[in-house]
Amino acid sequence: MKAKVYVTLKKGVLDPQGKAVMGALKTMSFDEVRDVRIGKFMELEIDGASIEKEEARIREMCERLLANTVIENYRIEIE
Amino acid sequence: MKFGIVVFPGSNCDHDCYHAIKHVFKKDAGYIWHKDTSLKGYDCVILPGGFSYGDYLRTGAIASASPVMNEVVGFAKKGGLVLGICNGFQILTEAGLLPGALMRNRGLKFICKHVPVRVDNNSTPFTVKYGKNEVVDIPIAHADGNYFADAETIKRLEDSERVAFRYSTPEGEATDDYNPNGALLNIAGITNEKGNVLGMMPHPERASEPELGSIGGRGVFESIISALS
Repeated sequence: MKAKVYVTLKKGVLDPQGKAVMGALKTMSFDEVRDVRIGKFMELEIDGASIEKEEARIREMCERLLANTVIENYRIEIE
Repeated sequence: MKFGIVVFPGSNCDHDCYHAIKHVFKKDAGYIWHKDTSLKGYDCVILPGGFSYGDYLRTGAIASASPVMNEVVGFAKKGGLVLGICNGFQILTEAGLLPGALMRNRGLKFICKHVPVRVDNNSTPFTVKYGKNEVVDIPIAHADGNYFADAETIKRLEDSERVAFRYSTPEGEATDDYNPNGALLNIAGITNEKGNVLGMMPHPERASEPELGSIGGRGVFESIISALS
């Protein structure tokens, strides 16, 4: 099965990269952009039969390595 | 007394630390490969600066899952002295030995320069040789040194005097102008609850000899040596 993991900065955590990208978009006259937040997208190929079991495993992967829960949130999608 | 310097793929201040300990402070030192699973014979473990695993995923994240880190966590839990410098500090937060996280500098740039650093707590095994609130000159060299932790953690750190070092003016005022990276409350270095683990962004090993422009970092090594003596 394939899992998609989205890692995003928590609300309130400063994202200087997002700010810089927003500045560039404004310079390019995309004035409607109010905010940009940059995150990570990961695709995992998983050997496993049970979606429930693998979801719990991927959650553990996120907690222990894929995300830093001090500053980041994560979301998992399994296909 | 023997210092162990952990070498991860991408560490690049390991030799600087070795040089400072072996040739400047004349103490025994050895390298510990990140795949080693024993810290036997070492009295202090140093996680040096560098770019372990190319800073992939997050700085220090992949190194924190290295085999040797299980041993480092066990060593710290037993009261062993662990010093993380720069990337080493990032690894310590990722490994859960220190709270918070080191984020991208607020100005997005890699900053490499000498900065004034104030010693806020001089009663740790890493700082006893400094005066309280003494300001020393120690260089920083990082792109991700912007210390962040939630309000509760920051309060806990402040209440228990776990902020060992803070960026400040040369006169010792922790102002925003002298905060190079956006770190909360100008935090440059913190200890764990027991005080036997210190993480700091400035590089004391690069400020241990007059030839290098500053001896402001000597106190860190002298303090450890005195604590182990």
